[in-house]
Amino acid sequence: MVLMTDILGLVKSQKLTYEQKVLSLAQAAENTLDVLHIPEKTQYYFEKNAIDNLFEGNAPYRPRYILPDYDKFIKEGSEFLQIEPPKDLDELLNALMILYRHVPSITSFPIYLGNLDKMIAPFLDGYTDEEIKKKLKLFLNYIDRTITDSFCHANLGPEDTRAGRLILEVERELQNAVPNFTFKYDPDITSDEIAELALYTTMFCANPAICNHKLNKDTYTTDYGIASCYNILPIGGGAYTLARVVLPNAAKLAKDVDHFFDTILPECLEALANYMNERIRFLVEESGFFESSFLVKEGLIHKDRFIGMYGIVGLADCTNILMKDEGKRYGHDKEADDLADRIMHTIHEFLSEFPALYSPISNNRFLLHAQVGMDYDIGITAGVRIPIGDEPENMSDHLRHSARFHKLIPTGCSDIFAMETTARNNPSAMLDIVKGAFDLGVKYIAFYEENGDLVRITGYLVKRSEIEKYKKGEQVLQNTTHLGAPNYDNNKLQNRKVRGV
Amino acid sequence: MIKAPVRKIIPHSLVDGPGNRTAIFLQGCNIRCAYCHNPETQEMCTESSPTEEIKWMTAEEVFKEVERDIPFIRGITVSGGECTLYPEFLVELFTLGQKAGLSCLIDSNGTIDLSKYPELIEVCSGVMLDVKAWDNEKFNKLTGGNNRNVLKNLKFLSDLDKLEEIRIVCIPDEVDAEDILKGIKSTIGEKISYTNLKLIKFRNHGVIGRLKEAESPSDEYMNYLKELALELGFKKVKIT
Repeated sequence: MVLMTDILGLVKSQKLTYEQKVLSLAQAAENTLDVLHIPEKTQYYFEKNAIDNLFEGNAPYRPRYILPDYDKFIKEGSEFLQIEPPKDLDELLNALMILYRHVPSITSFPIYLGNLDKMIAPFLDGYTDEEIKKKLKLFLNYIDRTITDSFCHANLGPEDTRAGRLILEVERELQNAVPNFTFKYDPDITSDEIAELALYTTMFCANPAICNHKLNKDTYTTDYGIASCYNILPIGGGAYTLARVVLPNAAKLAKDVDHFFDTILPECLEALANYMNERIRFLVEESGFFESSFLVKEGLIHKDRFIGMYGIVGLADCTNILMKDEGKRYGHDKEADDLADRIMHTIHEFLSEFPALYSPISNNRFLLHAQVGMDYDIGITAGVRIPIGDEPENMSDHLRHSARFHKLIPTGCSDIFAMETTARNNPSAMLDIVKGAFDLGVKYIAFYEENGDLVRITGYLVKRSEIEKYKKGEQVLQNTTHLGAPNYDNNKLQNRKVRGV
Repeated sequence: MIKAPVRKIIPHSLVDGPGNRTAIFLQGCNIRCAYCHNPETQEMCTESSPTEEIKWMTAEEVFKEVERDIPFIRGITVSGGECTLYPEFLVELFTLGQKAGLSCLIDSNGTIDLSKYPELIEVCSGVMLDVKAWDNEKFNKLTGGNNRNVLKNLKFLSDLDKLEEIRIVCIPDEVDAEDILKGIKSTIGEKISYTNLKLIKFRNHGVIGRLKEAESPSDEYMNYLKELALELGFKKVKIT
């Protein structure tokens, strides 16, 4: 239900930039529609916030996340955009800047910019490092100041390239929140030198995060990219939708553990899965997106490479609610972790049976995603993480726990560690931690320096200085600051355990 | 098994040698540095007078703690106090460490003659050696001890390629850093080109000794020493 007073509030807001107003008004318009069939039971679980559609809007008219095949674009150009295949670095960067502007998403900003180092590498001959860095700075600053949403994500690696090293060097200087960077790391492919450079860089600008390439690369039959908040998605496709089961809210509806497993959880799982299919059905069959988008017509994306991301959030809090009488805690007690494991397996089994519409790339199944939370979440811990402030004393115990719970999640789960400043002096130590963690099955890990301006909220980056501005009622460039400001407080991010000595 | 007084175990230490390591701090030191930044580890103690801070542990017990941190660490470092006061314990701990594929380092003030412990040297991957002063009088003024064994260990460890790192805590006037650098070169010769050298900027936090009020050297001074080291032929120099 959209209220006219809300819309007038948007129009008159002094906190929103012009662009932010336009996007909010567009969403308000979409939400005046009522085109999705939602059964009563599903409505009930939505009202209880046991399931949550993440404000995706009432009438889906574009996939949530799109990962264009940038390699094809670079090779062939675009007829619709009237762009010839680029012949040198200037033409390449310019062509990309143009295309990015036309890649839709749930936020209306592109959430995937490609494996930038590999895309740039063939165009570097004949330039000095300084010349390249100047061009990269202009390119990256253009992205930071115009894609004003830090769910935007670029990838690097796994190979050690000159382009990758230069991007890392430039990133450290720029201190931009956008794009997010992830380095795909595989000890068999990636050199220790560039891996250490990546980790060193992250201690200055909270970028890049590190992805376990070995464990993620075979998720799909196509190549994968990391988009938005650590989502592992097929290149040339993406995700139709992401909705989530808010596990602690489901647990609160249960009379006891048996009621949770026998009734509440299965009903929530089914309600959400049916709802996601309803969204996909409308998007594919009625919205006209796949018939009209030039991205489809020019083969930069394909309908058969999209999936539905089935999110879960707050496994920790859910477990702790169910274990309240026993007084056992997720991440600390075996009984609690075993119960959490049982919840995970229950969800996994449900998803392995339930048919998802139009999802051949994932064998017509939804893929599980550790959703990292929303600005309005209170007392709900991201995905399968251990609650902030309750992390195990020893990082080894923490990482072993992560490895156990990352296992059943194919389309994105992660952990974030705040590191002491001294870690800058020893990136090889951080690499040892990454190697050990990835060896045990951790799929994705992010670090930032404890005192840095750039802080990882749940997955995206926000500048502390911008949060302060926003809290004072000033306009800020990036709309993710709007999400990060309450999240930083609600989730007590200042209490995140700092690692390293 | 022999027990040693363990003051602290840091599961993930980023500052005690190459890569990520579990660092084990043993209690008790045989010298009294005027700039010691963890003076609480100096006092010797006996098993019969237990305290809350110090746990007497066998190598096996310590290693059980270390095992939790595999595979996140590439090795262990034993520090102190002065850990070479407990050579038998170190042999037992390092034997377990080597078996698990961990590199095993000693962090030492060098005042114990290590050539007397061939078994320890055999299982030890390397020593991070403090060279606190070159001139013995300076050394004595700074530590109350004698640096004869330090210089002997420098040569001994270098000959065996077990000199993991040389450390100099820098304070102008108190520490004859230039002489130390030149002295090291004349002692170990060309090996300085691949021996790690850490120039540590003195900081007074935690210090309760004579130098507790002393100021940190300037960045210019630290860079001057680094330049001098590079000129002499050191190649792996770090300022911390």
